[in-house]
Amino acid sequence: MSRHTEIFVVGGGPAGLSAAIVAAELGGKVLLVDDNSKLGGQLIKQTHRFFGSSARDAGIRGISIADKLCEDVQAHKKNLQVLLDTSAVGFYGDGEAGILSPDRYEKVTYERVVVGTGAVENSLNFENNDLPGIYGAGAVQTLMNVHGIRPGQKILMIGSGNIGLIVSYQLLQAGVQVVGVVEAMPTIGGYLVHASKIRRLGVPIMTGHTIVRALGTDGVTGALLCRLDDKYQRIPNTEFEVACDCICLAVGLSPLIDLFQQAKCKMVFVPELGGLVPLHDGNMRTTNPRVYVAGDASGIEEATTAILGGRIAGARAYESIHGPSAAAQKIVDDANLELKSLRAGSTGDRIRWGRERLSQEIAAC
Amino acid sequence: MSLRIEEHPILTFKKGKKVTFTLDGKKMEGFEGEPIAAALHAAGIRLLRHSPHKNRARGFFCAIGRCSSCMMEVNGVVNTMTCITPLAAGMEVKTQKGHGAIEP
Repeated sequence: MSRHTEIFVVGGGPAGLSAAIVAAELGGKVLLVDDNSKLGGQLIKQTHRFFGSSARDAGIRGISIADKLCEDVQAHKKNLQVLLDTSAVGFYGDGEAGILSPDRYEKVTYERVVVGTGAVENSLNFENNDLPGIYGAGAVQTLMNVHGIRPGQKILMIGSGNIGLIVSYQLLQAGVQVVGVVEAMPTIGGYLVHASKIRRLGVPIMTGHTIVRALGTDGVTGALLCRLDDKYQRIPNTEFEVACDCICLAVGLSPLIDLFQQAKCKMVFVPELGGLVPLHDGNMRTTNPRVYVAGDASGIEEATTAILGGRIAGARAYESIHGPSAAAQKIVDDANLELKSLRAGSTGDRIRWGRERLSQEIAAC
Repeated sequence: MSLRIEEHPILTFKKGKKVTFTLDGKKMEGFEGEPIAAALHAAGIRLLRHSPHKNRARGFFCAIGRCSSCMMEVNGVVNTMTCITPLAAGMEVKTQKGHGAIEP
C-alpha cells in the first residue's frame, strides 16, 4: 500500500508535534509517524518544571506540555493524520519513505519532510560498562516515571549536567538513595539551582572524579572511583569503592541522524551541538530542499527550543509548497524572538557558537 | 523494599491487569502492557541475555528501543526488544544466548 501527503513528519516529540501542528493549522496536509504507542517523545517522562520564557511553558512540567501538544493535535485532526507504533525506516529516491507498522510496511510519498528524530544517549568508556544495572539517564526516567519501577535501591549518578542533577532529584522523589554524583570537570555542569536541591538532601557531588570500573559479574554491585588532575588524568592511589546496585549515565546525547544521511543531506560535525548534525539554515531546511530538521536532531538542546525549532520548520515547509504566507511569517518571527531570548546569556554560549558555525558553513555552501 | 513505586509526590501509575508469564520456564508475574524488561526488572531480573563473543551478562540500557541491549527470545522469536515489547498473559520469555538460534 502507498500513501501520499504534502508534509511528512517523522517523530512525535516536542519538535515533530509542533511542526505538524503549525503546518496543519496553516492548511497543509500532514502525516506524522512515531514509533512509540504514545505521542510526546521524551516529554512523557519529564516530571520537573521547565525554565525558559513565561510565554512558552516556563513553570510547567514536561508531562503537562506533552498533554497540551496532544490536545492541539486533536484540534487539527482534519489536516493532521497520526500513525503510532510506526517507524520511518528509510528514505528512498526523491520524496519517498518506507514506514513500518506492527502489521504492515507501506510507502509514503511526500512534498516535504520534517525530521524530528531526537537523540540517543551517550555511553562512557570504563571497565565493565556493559553490566546489567548500568542505564542511561533517559532509561532511568522511563522505567521510573512512565512504568513506576525504581531502577535500584542505591544508585550512583555519572554526570552533573542538568540531566544528571534533575534525574538525581527525581530518583530521590521515587524513594531511591542516590549515593553520589560523579563529575570529571572541576565544577558542576548544570544549573546551581538543581545542584543545590540535591545537595540539601544530602547527595554528595564529587567534581574532579571519574569512574574507573563497575563492580559485579552478573549485575552492578558497586563502583570504583578515583580523582582526576587538572588535565583529566587519573591521580594514582586515590581509588575508592562505593556500594550501589545501579549506575546511571548522564553523559550527554548525540543527534539521531540516519535518515538525513539516507536523504543525502550534507552533515557537519559541531561538538557544541552534540556531534554530527545535518547542515541547515535559519529556516531549518537542510541541503536537501525537501528535508527540514527540528529538535535535538538539529543540535542537542531542550524541549522548549525543540518546540520553537519545530514551529519554524513546520511554517517554512508549508510556505515552500504553498508560497509565502503572512501567518507563517508571524509564527517564524515570534519563534525566532523567543529562541533569541532563551539562548541569551552565558548558559547559551555553547549553543550560540554552535549555531554560528552552522550559519557560516551554510553561507559557504 | 519492592522496586515498584507505590507512592509518588507527582505521578500516579495506571497498571494493566496482573498476568503470569514464564522466564526460562519459571513462572513470573507482571502487569499486562508494561514492557517485558520492566516487568522482569521489577521482579529483580536484570540479566536479559549473554553477549555473542565474550558471553558477558547484558541488561537493557536505553529502554526506548534504540540500542538493542535488551534482546531476548519471546514466544520463539529471537532478538525481540523487550524494553518496548508489551507484556501479555502466558508469554514464554527466554534469556538469549548470543545471536539466538532460529529453528530450521
